[in-house]
Amino acid sequence: MQALVDQFFNFAIMAQALPLILAGLRQTILICLIVVPLGLVGGLAVALLSLSPRRVVRWAAIAAIDFFRAIPPLVLLIFVYSGLPFAGIRTSPLTAVAIAFLLNTSSYYGEIYRAGIESVGAGQWDAARSTGLRAWQALLYVVLPQAVRNVLPDLVSNTVEVVKLTSIASVVALPELLYSADMARSVTFNSSPIVLAAAIYLAALWPIVRLISRLERRIAA
Amino acid sequence: MSRFLDTFFNATVFERYLPAILRGMAVTVEVAVVVVITGILLGLALAIVRSFRVRIINGLIVVLVDMFRALPPMVLLLLVYFGLPNVGINVPSFAVLWLVLALVLAAFAEEIFWAGILSIPKGQWEAARSTGLSFLATLVHVVLPQAIRLTVPPLTNRTIAITKNTALGTVIGVGEILNQATAAQSFSGNATPLMMGAIAYLILFVPVVALGRFLETRFAWRRA
Repeated sequence: MQALVDQFFNFAIMAQALPLILAGLRQTILICLIVVPLGLVGGLAVALLSLSPRRVVRWAAIAAIDFFRAIPPLVLLIFVYSGLPFAGIRTSPLTAVAIAFLLNTSSYYGEIYRAGIESVGAGQWDAARSTGLRAWQALLYVVLPQAVRNVLPDLVSNTVEVVKLTSIASVVALPELLYSADMARSVTFNSSPIVLAAAIYLAALWPIVRLISRLERRIAA
Repeated sequence: MSRFLDTFFNATVFERYLPAILRGMAVTVEVAVVVVITGILLGLALAIVRSFRVRIINGLIVVLVDMFRALPPMVLLLLVYFGLPNVGINVPSFAVLWLVLALVLAAFAEEIFWAGILSIPKGQWEAARSTGLSFLATLVHVVLPQAIRLTVPPLTNRTIAITKNTALGTVIGVGEILNQATAAQSFSGNATPLMMGAIAYLILFVPVVALGRFLETRFAWRRA
């Protein structure tokens, strides 16, 4: 029992690792601040393309979405980070992470927006256009607000997935939260730094996970 | 152009590493199958236990499920893989990957099954109970068949997303596709194995993603 506590809840080691882990947390937040807003915008673009009246555009968008949903994000990341240099394209870890995560997450956000837009009746479009709104105005002021409200739990839940996804940036040596914690672990031969990192992820994400459950239940009811 | 082909689609490299990538595919499928079966069954079992509404047990289930939904699988993987040996428990990396992914899938599956059970109107319960069915019989024969139908699309999508996490196994040395591909890439100094790995994932997962898309239209989940 004592061995277990020493190995996972050694507060002395946690205190030692804290500065390193907080520096990692800043990197994690930075990745989220890049990927989430760009992903939300990119996803909307993908969704609009996948609803295009032109069949070729629609199919191309859906093929791209399915492609990036079928490839594990870690594979995409390693491909961008260590495959592209063979083609003469060299990227920093942060750029590689941003590119790989954006491709992945735009596809997921895109699917969610698409379901949302499809859930808004066609009559809403017709009514909005008939009052003289342009297509983009009808989209922005009439359709999107309703669409987003309908799929809000899914949007929030995908955002949680993005935050969790940042932990795989550790594989390309980007010093984010998990990477820093794992560094501390390999130096101290003790898992407490990873427990500390886990506690930080939990503190950040648990309230949101609870919120999602409640949002989902309200819509299901 | 020929340099590009040489680097990403090199026939000699392709031939040399094809067996390794195929072995990786077999391992990925093995992990995926055991994770999906154990994860979904455990999730269903937890949802059934939860429907008995024993306060203490349900509190425990909610806490566990929330934790596994909030923690990145990679964190759990490193915690189990490096932590347990230090307290004298040695688990092979395949089993660590299985354990972690199955628990994560079970957590999400429990939430989805529970939402499905809650969505069945009270009248169904009352009608079934009034015909003399026991609580368990009502759950198994009346509620679950309807609830599970509703859970098919969200459960499929979540299962696909978690199954793709088998790639994380490469970090702890499970010889799945990505592990074989990156090893081959560093031996050969050529990007072809990475391309092969990516294609291997597409071969395995594009049909599943397409199936998920089909199921989503077939069983509309929220707004029927």
